[in-house]
Amino acid sequence: MNSVNPIKRGYLYLEAWFNYSFGPEWNPLYHLGTLTFFFFWIVLVSGIYLFIFFDTSLGGAYASVEYLTHEQWYLGGVMRSLHRYASDAAIMTILLHMFREFALDRYRGFRWYSWVTGVPTLWFVITLGITGYWLVWDELGLYIAVLSSLLMDALPIVSGSMASNFLEGQLTDRFFTLMGFLHLLGQPVLLVFVLWIHVKRLSHVEISAPRGLAIGSFLALLALSLASPAVSHAPADLRKVPAELNLDWFYLNIYPLLDTLTAGQTWMITIGITFFLMLMPWLPRKKTGEAAKVHLDECNGCGQCAVDCPFDAIRVQARTDNARWEFEVAVDDGLCAACGICVGSCHSSNPFRRSNKSLETGIDMPQFPIDEVRTRTGEALAELQGDNTVLVIGCEHALNVEQFKTQNVAVLNLICTGMMPPTLVEYALKQGADGVFVTGCRKGDCYYRYGNVWMDKRFEGLRKPVLRERADRSRIRVYRAAETDQKKLLKELADFQRHLADTSPEKTGANRA
Amino acid sequence: MLSPKRLVLQIFNYALFMALVWYFSFAPPYIRLGADEAMITLSISHAGELVADCRQLSPEELAKLPPNMRLATSCDRERSPVDLEISLDGDSVFRTTAEPPGLYKDQGVDIYHSIKVPTGTKQMLVKMNDNIRVKGPTFTHEQEITLEPAQLLTIQFSTSTGQFVVK
Ligand code: HEM
Ligand code: SF4
Ligand code: SF4
Repeated sequence: MNSVNPIKRGYLYLEAWFNYSFGPEWNPLYHLGTLTFFFFWIVLVSGIYLFIFFDTSLGGAYASVEYLTHEQWYLGGVMRSLHRYASDAAIMTILLHMFREFALDRYRGFRWYSWVTGVPTLWFVITLGITGYWLVWDELGLYIAVLSSLLMDALPIVSGSMASNFLEGQLTDRFFTLMGFLHLLGQPVLLVFVLWIHVKRLSHVEISAPRGLAIGSFLALLALSLASPAVSHAPADLRKVPAELNLDWFYLNIYPLLDTLTAGQTWMITIGITFFLMLMPWLPRKKTGEAAKVHLDECNGCGQCAVDCPFDAIRVQARTDNARWEFEVAVDDGLCAACGICVGSCHSSNPFRRSNKSLETGIDMPQFPIDEVRTRTGEALAELQGDNTVLVIGCEHALNVEQFKTQNVAVLNLICTGMMPPTLVEYALKQGADGVFVTGCRKGDCYYRYGNVWMDKRFEGLRKPVLRERADRSRIRVYRAAETDQKKLLKELADFQRHLADTSPEKTGANRA
Repeated sequence: MLSPKRLVLQIFNYALFMALVWYFSFAPPYIRLGADEAMITLSISHAGELVADCRQLSPEELAKLPPNMRLATSCDRERSPVDLEISLDGDSVFRTTAEPPGLYKDQGVDIYHSIKVPTGTKQMLVKMNDNIRVKGPTFTHEQEITLEPAQLLTIQFSTSTGQFVVK
């Protein structure tokens, strides 16, 4: 299986390295969104502190920042450094977040919405950083003010030359006050709003980073702030053009373009990149499977599927048929990712039901209905020969399990392992498999966000529908693997089969169910 | 809990991440001007002369207009483009022609431009033409300037006095 593209392969190795260093619970690549939020919190708290001492007038701003940096280095200086470095770290995590979604092909199909709303979010963060550097009113702040004005002048919306405001004798407090307002209030409020839009279509969105990761990141930021405190350039001087500037490339990368390009061309490039990024989900587009269908005959309105759906596509509503239940569910086709997780949530998906008839459940996937899942399981098991027979259950988005098929290993590929009702495992054991081996996306990283999380919880008896006590845990193994993990998986599978051999009834004299 | 091996690995990862954050927060430095360069910024806000004078309409022309529009003088609103050139020691370093904006080309132009120039003493000549009916400059300004490294010299124009202001 060498068909994994190099970008994804590279990403998966990086992820494996972080799993090795941090473990899946703290793997930063699984928490890039929450880490970004965490950095925003640091920026917010340190920003409030800086604001207390900041003089928002043109004449006093620079001196007030200098006071914070040098006279109050033990607190103000550290706060300023945290403010700067946490903002920079946020750009790093946002870029990694983008790269991850891209590398794992999680930006097309039903994910177009998250991707498209992510792009302006990035721009909002960058402009927030720009106004921040403006407010220091040092040589760098002046440089940003002049070049931003040139950019604004190129737009047909402002008449007159904004740039000429920054020549000696013309300077007024006007823009400075505006920047102060934008940076301290306008932009942060807007950012919260666009972030809300960004995650609006998802359910169970985590916004706090795991504690270990938060503590580690904070200590690392603090260490950097102490080792190399953030400082200003010389104060803004309208008579001078500083020969050398220490640009913060995370935020200010656009300005040097103006050395070689006109403001109009710079806009074209920026707008071009924005459009390209926003169109990426359709270059080429990816088809999302057919949405889940509700079968009211088998639905009692328990609502479990609505709670489990990671994409907020199911709503609970009053019954529309004359059944004796109070509620039913309905799927919003536009939101449905066709992940099948809801099928695993429904108690009616139990394959022991209706053994002589077609299996119907409360909510089902048209492209792979639960009845077919049961049929294929039966067929796969019927082909098994020899000892220590195993049914390997995998999913479409992780390591392809077809390659592990042998005489005594049968395979079943589901859309997502979260689609599997726990009773299916019992069913396979009952139908003759010596063991069931479940794989799928790496722990902490389900393609459909929560499929493997819910599955683990169901197996642990913490989430409905649970894997019953009487299912023999020694004959069930869960081992998650990405496309680059085939060797590890083979080793684990062999180990599982050895374990089955060691505990087989012939050896122990016991009687297996 | 955190094993010593993981602790070491994590410190390594955090250090690498923060090293990147630290580095790109100020480096590589951006060189805006060479050690022996200064900058001249030109900022002119000026309305060109009208393209044509007002003229008296003939009785025939007046008769064609609706009665409430019969004003004896007609004035075209279109203005001339503004031509501007700066030369140092006889070499042209910047030249532009700014067309008046507006649907009827009737508004003033804004020219804002910065040029990098070598330091030292030079003879500067600024020429401007704001009237297409006149050949050659309508305003000129000549001055010896001495530019220090990193100096910003500004050239503005005061429409009220008709003078360039060099600072
Ligand atoms: C301020 C910066 C951003 C923050 C704080 C942020 C945060 C988040 C969070 C919390 C999630 C939900 C993850 C989950 O719970 O599974 C998410 C998902 C996502 N984000 Fe962002 N994001 C940001 C910027 C971006 C950008 C710039 C892009 C891409 C252009 C992007 C693309 C996506 C995509 C494709 C998803 C996937 C949704 C899914 O799993 O279905 N985000 N983001
Ligand atoms: S298939 Fe997935 S996205 Fe669609 S309704 Fe079911 S759980 Fe939600
Ligand atoms: S889990 Fe099944 S029974 Fe419960 S609401 Fe959903 S479809 Fe209906």
